[in-house]
Amino acid sequence: MGDHGPAKGFGRWLFTTNHKDIGSMYLWFSFAMFLMGGVFALVIRAELFQPGLQLVEPEFFNQMTTMHGLVMVFGAVMPAFVGLANWLIPMMVGAPDMALPRMNNWSFWILPFAFTLLASTLFMEGGGPNFGWTFYAPLSTTYAPPSVTYFIFAVHIMGASSIMGSINIIATILNMRAPGMTLMKMPLFVWTWLITAYLLIAVMPVLAGCVTMMLMDIHFGTSFFSAAGGGDPVLFQHVFWFFGHPEVYIMILPAFGIASAIIPTFARKPLFGYASMVYATASIAFLSFIVWAHHMFTVGMPIAGELFFMYATMLIAVPTGVKVFNWVTTMFRGSMTFETPMLFAIAFVILFTIGGFSGLMLSIAPADFQYHDTYFVVAHFHYVLVPGAIFSIFAAVYYWLPKWCGNMYDERLGKAHFWLSFVGLNVTFFPMHFVGLAGMPRRIPDYALQFADFNQIASMGAFLFGFSQVFFLFIVIKTIRGGQKATDEVWDNPEGLEWTVASPAPYHTFTTPPAIK
Amino acid sequence: MTEQLNKNLPVRKIVARLVVVVVAMFGFGFALVPLYDLFCDVTGLNGKTNTEAFVPVAELIDTSREVTVQFIATNNESMPWEFRPEVFNIKVHPGQEVETTFYARNPTSGEMIAQAIPSVSPGRAATYFHKTECFCFNQQLLSGGTDVDMPLRFIVDRDLPDDVNTITLSYTLFDVTETGAIQVDSLTAL
Repeated sequence: MGDHGPAKGFGRWLFTTNHKDIGSMYLWFSFAMFLMGGVFALVIRAELFQPGLQLVEPEFFNQMTTMHGLVMVFGAVMPAFVGLANWLIPMMVGAPDMALPRMNNWSFWILPFAFTLLASTLFMEGGGPNFGWTFYAPLSTTYAPPSVTYFIFAVHIMGASSIMGSINIIATILNMRAPGMTLMKMPLFVWTWLITAYLLIAVMPVLAGCVTMMLMDIHFGTSFFSAAGGGDPVLFQHVFWFFGHPEVYIMILPAFGIASAIIPTFARKPLFGYASMVYATASIAFLSFIVWAHHMFTVGMPIAGELFFMYATMLIAVPTGVKVFNWVTTMFRGSMTFETPMLFAIAFVILFTIGGFSGLMLSIAPADFQYHDTYFVVAHFHYVLVPGAIFSIFAAVYYWLPKWCGNMYDERLGKAHFWLSFVGLNVTFFPMHFVGLAGMPRRIPDYALQFADFNQIASMGAFLFGFSQVFFLFIVIKTIRGGQKATDEVWDNPEGLEWTVASPAPYHTFTTPPAIK
Repeated sequence: MTEQLNKNLPVRKIVARLVVVVVAMFGFGFALVPLYDLFCDVTGLNGKTNTEAFVPVAELIDTSREVTVQFIATNNESMPWEFRPEVFNIKVHPGQEVETTFYARNPTSGEMIAQAIPSVSPGRAATYFHKTECFCFNQQLLSGGTDVDMPLRFIVDRDLPDDVNTITLSYTLFDVTETGAIQVDSLTAL
């Protein structure tokens, strides 16, 4: 088997089974979706700049909140992590490629179709999905626009893609590790992805079942979620959140892995508490299955249920706290430098902790009756997802981009991008805590006058944050096209097999497995 | 290299096992539907009452205690029927069998079928509220312009927790003319 390079032309991308090509395609696709979801978000923020209706109709506003959520969750965050997994896992475990390269190609290439299907609903009669990304029945069944069927099939395809991706990742990790790499020697990014993949396999089929039930209710006369036929709309919420809660950890566990790779490098100390990180990740994954009803405290649960879900939810703070303290301890007395990936990683630790604490506030069942469906919830999950998932993806891109393309990014521009994003993010989402506590409901196109000031601040922050990401695109393209050549190690003594191969990483790496000490 | 890989479980086996998990979890999503009902039945959560007639056993009436039972009648969505309880609340002794009626009238010109769905509040009283006869056990068929008094007979269990003094029984009336027609045909054929 000779060393051969990639094929030429578009066919290279269409037929590729190379994990690096597929990883790049996932990342570019994710970035395109990130911009699209971002435009939807800016429509929302522009409308909310002032009280009253000025730019869009309420119906369209609802489509924007729904599509923003769906596109960001399923189009931006999840494919970005799968892309990183594709690029990094084979290189981190010393494997030549993913275990199932052809399926890998397929799981990527069905995604553009899923999102074309989803986005096309915006141009249909009756508009796109307008029932919120949580698509509660009967809003998404009885009262849904006709395009809901497209939405259902889009979710089916995204689910199939995620399931195939996860099977591939598990098979790769369990089967393709270099000799000597025991499970407890794996980098944490690989560990967190292994656990994430199991979560995906467990809950994406439940989501598929959930939308299938919707499909049957809408078209085949069943009544899973309709009380008239003996069903129950509350059942929808149980099924949805049984998927939905593990889903939020699917979007954060790989971020934990990224932070655990970056912080030791720039603190120049080994990661503190490796084994406890692994066990904490596994505990979080387990707990994610028994806390779903904390999203539904106000549906009318008995006190025993409220208490169970409240305590179980609070319990998650323990393994999460273990992680945060481990990262802080890793940095403690380290000889730290603050390159762009480290800045994003530190911001991740601090801001994710803020999001975690507001989550703890929301977990208190009696208090949740006040917070439920307000902007406080919006502030909470954006603090978890933007600095959590998105910042960790930025950190990962800055950290590994020199390895991928062989050139260093411009440190000055990277830092500028970080500070613009950091300021933009906080200006956008911090005021939402205040309007939420004051009682502003989420998912509304208009609001009472007293919320105007904070909403204007949030909207200005949102545009700052949004346009900083175009700057990010510029930095990445500039780096790919040229710049200072990166060394093979790139950073100061980083840990991991991916740094032992040349920069840029050759098209085929580890065709013979490396030896692990 | 191949020697090394063979030490682990073959990829094919891992994939087969994972596919089984995927299929099982898809099934589990659907299994949540009966599980949810079962869970509500067992615990009496969700205010679900019995859906088939309760067979009363000769019970002593606890005359020392009085419980107020309130009735609420609601129309779902665009249901055009007139629908209300004959009396809005009754004081009953636990163990005593009580009868009341709900009034329904179909003001439209066409024949319609309705289904009433009950719910009891507080939810934990649901398992102590036994209906021996209820119009909600069957669908109601009314031709245009006709009306009916629909009977409800119930017993409040003597074991009803002491702190429950008021039980609210709410009915929501659904228009099932389209979906319910088949079931009614098969019922009349019996």
